[in-house]
Amino acid sequence: MTRTKRLLPYLGFAAVTVYCLAPFYWMAISAFRRPQDQFDNSIVPARWSLENFSAVFSGGNGFGRALLNSLIVAGGTTALTLLIGTFTAYALARLDFRGKNAVLGLIIATTMFPGISQLVPLLKLFTDIGWINTYQAMVLPSLGFALPLSVWLLTAFFRQLPFELEQAAMVDGCTRGQAFRKIIVPLAAPGVFTTAILTFIAAWNEFLIALSMVNKKEMQTATVAISKFTGVSGFDQPFGTQMAAGVIVTVPLIVVVLVFQRRIVAGLTAGGVK
Amino acid sequence: MTAIETPSAAGAPAADAPRRRGRDAQGTRRLAALLLSPTLLVLALVIGYPVLAGFRESLYARGEGLDAQGFVVEGDRFVGLDNYTAIFRGDRADAFWNAFSNTTFFTLTTVVLETLIGVAMALIMHQAFRGRAIVRAGILVPWAIPTAISGLLWRWIFQADGAANAVLRQQILWTADGFPAKMAVVVAEVWKTSPFIGLLVLAGLQMIPRDVYEAARVDGAGPVQQFFRITLPLVKPALLVAVLFRMLDVLRMFDLPAVLIGVNQKSVETLTMIAWFEASNLRYGSAAAYATVLFLYIALIAYLFVKLLGADIIGEARRRSSRQSSRRSRRARKKAA
Repeated sequence: MTRTKRLLPYLGFAAVTVYCLAPFYWMAISAFRRPQDQFDNSIVPARWSLENFSAVFSGGNGFGRALLNSLIVAGGTTALTLLIGTFTAYALARLDFRGKNAVLGLIIATTMFPGISQLVPLLKLFTDIGWINTYQAMVLPSLGFALPLSVWLLTAFFRQLPFELEQAAMVDGCTRGQAFRKIIVPLAAPGVFTTAILTFIAAWNEFLIALSMVNKKEMQTATVAISKFTGVSGFDQPFGTQMAAGVIVTVPLIVVVLVFQRRIVAGLTAGGVK
Repeated sequence: MTAIETPSAAGAPAADAPRRRGRDAQGTRRLAALLLSPTLLVLALVIGYPVLAGFRESLYARGEGLDAQGFVVEGDRFVGLDNYTAIFRGDRADAFWNAFSNTTFFTLTTVVLETLIGVAMALIMHQAFRGRAIVRAGILVPWAIPTAISGLLWRWIFQADGAANAVLRQQILWTADGFPAKMAVVVAEVWKTSPFIGLLVLAGLQMIPRDVYEAARVDGAGPVQQFFRITLPLVKPALLVAVLFRMLDVLRMFDLPAVLIGVNQKSVETLTMIAWFEASNLRYGSAAAYATVLFLYIALIAYLFVKLLGADIIGEARRRSSRQSSRRSRRARKKAA
């Protein structure tokens, strides 16, 4: 009885870990199978092979370019978002002015808008001004979800900063701008960094906008490109190749997430947003 | 110069204070407006404009028509609420109500399952163990995988001769149209998002002081009572916010069913998918009408949720951050002493 009681939490731990990792393990292991063993359901591949990985980068897929596109779109979205959002979050966390809660409420309320109701008019607008198949056509709509997310996270982080230090600096003769630059920015850097990671991941995972704003293969982002991979025959879905591409897209994210685990958990729980 | 100014500055505050404060407040307001305007401007452009333009769009139809004199006119023409009535009429109505009920079904089932599994995960992880760091790292993996990729991953698992059928020793056609397709979407969605709820609840659990439980134990409360009388009420605010955000997210679900099963499949078509399908066929007016209906539905659900359950999003965030900072300063003080 006592022994089972002691073992129980470990069983729980094992259950949670298996629940979270088993599907991912299956993706990775399927990527390392030989294409002819693809439908083999053994837990460890009988013969390991990198054939699926070389197929990912083979001519027709243009996967290298797709990765670059994803990097540009997600990176651009993150940079713009932080540039704009930091100032707003500072104002919301630090300054006392009328209508502050209303502004914060408004910014949060914008996360409620479904992407599709933003997409349809923008799709039409971008068609008219010839922006289809451009990076800005993917970055700008992405700001719609990235900006509220980062303002919300940054505000939560900035509220935890020691306000007294800033006041002390101002008593010592710093202007508000100087106090912001010299005191708050260095202290806020970890929070900004975490927000950058979370925003980047959200933008990297974006699918609907990237799918709709682009119809040229060279401009597709990685998530869209993978979902459109075609097999040799054109009819079978090339699962092995797709799993390998999935591993390539996911592993860098997972590494970043694991390295900055503590910060990311802090960010997720401070913001309470996806 | 400074020597002359210093005494007057030292003497000034008593007399000058009200005026200075007034000027300060004005300066603060101006600064706030300056700092807020870029964000508000961008949001107005990428959210405000599209929503209004979308509403206008939904009142127009594209294509050829005849004007009063019988001439053919091309381009957009005003059709009033025709796009909306078309949604609710004829076989299009069936498609709409199907998508509406799919969206609602997905929202209800996934949010309930996610909450149950997430809370269970949080309770398990809250046990103080050495392995906790590993589990917490593992829990972030489903969250980090892009939804479209996880759609592909589950499509692979749910193949006719794939892993799911091998484990279950069944021959279910998961990815064909039908009820199993719905189940496949629910499973994939719950897998990806319940860790997120787990993390939020875990953060809530860690804020509950241990002495509360000790006191309850002394008073003779069992584990079940402790859970329902202490844990749940104290975690509730954090949980409600998490559930609200999850609900808003599932209501606009697109990537997962689109990749896992496919677009234009009756069993998993959601409102976003139906609107997207219209837009990709260049029927912008009709697409905008669907999008507007979806938006109203989401707004209604969010309003009801906040009203009925009293989820206080802004207040919750503020409380949590102030609690964290007060905890931190307490720890710092303890360290100093």
